[in-house]
Amino acid sequence: MKRSIVMLAIVGVLVGCSSTPKDEQKGVQVEDRGPSVSQPVPTPTPTPPRDASTAPVRGPQTGGADPLKDPSNILSRRSVFFDYDSNAVKDEFKPLVSAHAKYVSQARRKMTIQGNTDERGSREYNLALGQRRADAVKQMMTLLGAPSGEIETVSFGEEKPRGQGSTEQAFAENRRADIVYQGE
Amino acid sequence: MTIHPFAFNLLRSFSALLILSCLTLTGARPAAAALTIEIVGSGANQIPIAIAPFRSEDGVPQPLTPVIGADLARSGLFKTVDPGGIVPIPHEPDQVNHAQWKARGAEALVIGSVTPTADGRYDVRFRLLDVVKGTQLAGFVYVVNAAQLRLTAHKIADVIYEKLTGDQGVFATRITYVVKRGNRFELHVADSDGYGSQTILASNEPIISPTWSPDGSRLAYVSFERRKPVVYVQSLTTGGRTTVANFLGSNSAPAWSPDGRRLAVVLTKDGSSQIYSIDAEGRGQPVRLSNSPGIDTEPNWSPDGQWLLFTSDRGGTPQIYRMPASGGQAQRMTFEGRYNVSPRHSPDGKGFTFVQQNGTRFSVAVQDFASRQVQLLTDGAVDESPSFAPNGRMILYASEVKGRGILAAVSSDGRVKQRFTETAGDVREPAWGPLIK
Repeated sequence: MKRSIVMLAIVGVLVGCSSTPKDEQKGVQVEDRGPSVSQPVPTPTPTPPRDASTAPVRGPQTGGADPLKDPSNILSRRSVFFDYDSNAVKDEFKPLVSAHAKYVSQARRKMTIQGNTDERGSREYNLALGQRRADAVKQMMTLLGAPSGEIETVSFGEEKPRGQGSTEQAFAENRRADIVYQGE
Repeated sequence: MTIHPFAFNLLRSFSALLILSCLTLTGARPAAAALTIEIVGSGANQIPIAIAPFRSEDGVPQPLTPVIGADLARSGLFKTVDPGGIVPIPHEPDQVNHAQWKARGAEALVIGSVTPTADGRYDVRFRLLDVVKGTQLAGFVYVVNAAQLRLTAHKIADVIYEKLTGDQGVFATRITYVVKRGNRFELHVADSDGYGSQTILASNEPIISPTWSPDGSRLAYVSFERRKPVVYVQSLTTGGRTTVANFLGSNSAPAWSPDGRRLAVVLTKDGSSQIYSIDAEGRGQPVRLSNSPGIDTEPNWSPDGQWLLFTSDRGGTPQIYRMPASGGQAQRMTFEGRYNVSPRHSPDGKGFTFVQQNGTRFSVAVQDFASRQVQLLTDGAVDESPSFAPNGRMILYASEVKGRGILAAVSSDGRVKQRFTETAGDVREPAWGPLIK
């Protein structure tokens, strides 16, 4: 049940991003992005969630249900999705990243960010691309004040796909970084 | 002493399609792992060779001549001439009627015998004869136990291959690859003909990038069993293994130095994916070799130990670069296309194989260092992970048929293609092992 709510949110996001006419629509279908020197630095001003279904952040000290597992809490959302051939954290994920940055600062709980890519191209090169996505999420969190030492970034590359098959939908689902806390 | 030239005008087209069920000929292997090999295409000139069944080989646990014949046929460089109807079958040189074999179209003939010894082993003798000139090209005796008969057949095929083509034979080598069955990952080691596959590691998490130590005794690979990529080295003789790179972040892309003492690996402990050198036993600290703000990965040592080829996106797209093995200034090697990855040196060090993207296809290609000439060898949709056979004549790679991963091999001139099909599961990440001394 919790999963389905999360998945609905994800689907909404995917529908949103797949309608943008990016490079993806051209013939060349592989993630090969070079160093993103021109990528704008994420703004540290937390924007309120625009999605009506999301709830405000509740810190770990508020008691009651574990905020990380409470489906009405934004902290239960763990996935940041990326555009094709990109490691830029999109605006729509900034509330989620910001909430986790705040949580990890307060809870002092170790976090791992796991980067993923779609299946096209070299496995080892994709591992490095997934790492870059995880690093981009971490960079945004540390700019928002999260302690760097609590966050490890790793990559699964194309090895642990959530979306199965070779469809554009599966590829989009796999261009992703997941936030996992120690002990989970 | 040479048997060349073979004025044998062969079907150069891909019409010659042989399906070799060599692996099912002998029943003594686990049923779960059957790699069958299908050959497409052939060499420009095929050497017609007759292989006479060895004396009393039917009575031994592993008849040799079927293995020898399958090896030679698989290379695409030989055409086996049927010895049927020639009676008696010769086993000794003085029993050979050269004209009779020549009339069959054979230019070379293999004869031999298998004799049990008093201590329970087998005395295997063979001779390679030039039936055109009526001379002997090679002759060897092996005294082996039953378990070594198949390897002995591969060694005989190696001698024949070397005598008749001038290149080193690689039939007595091994390959490694990863099989995915559902959510289970298995690291396999098998003979070069796919026979005798053994699982050396099974895990519920992915395994990638297995690579052979230069002496063939160890494999380095990346396993995700600790919920992140970690590099291990595993001994094939003891089965014991060592964690050699488990630093903060991701650890991947191991490559052996030619002396087997060091590994180039990719670590993210200091930020982006960069190349480091570490001790192959896991001792001491990593030494950083590359220094770029982008991704540097897939290192591969040159056979002389002087250079590293690697993939980098420092120029905006992934391309292949070369730098001194001790680090330093890198030179870009590939310029055609937006995506050139996974470089591996040829055994003679004169060029390298890699994967090039063309449109939506990923092909195995070779490039020569001197001429910078690129040759595409395959036209599969998703060909990956190429590695040379130790004689440089074939390249083993991962391909896909109907969404399922398979292994394939192509000759370095692109003429001969082989497809290995596993009965079940998704096969990927192959690497061809070294010659065993």
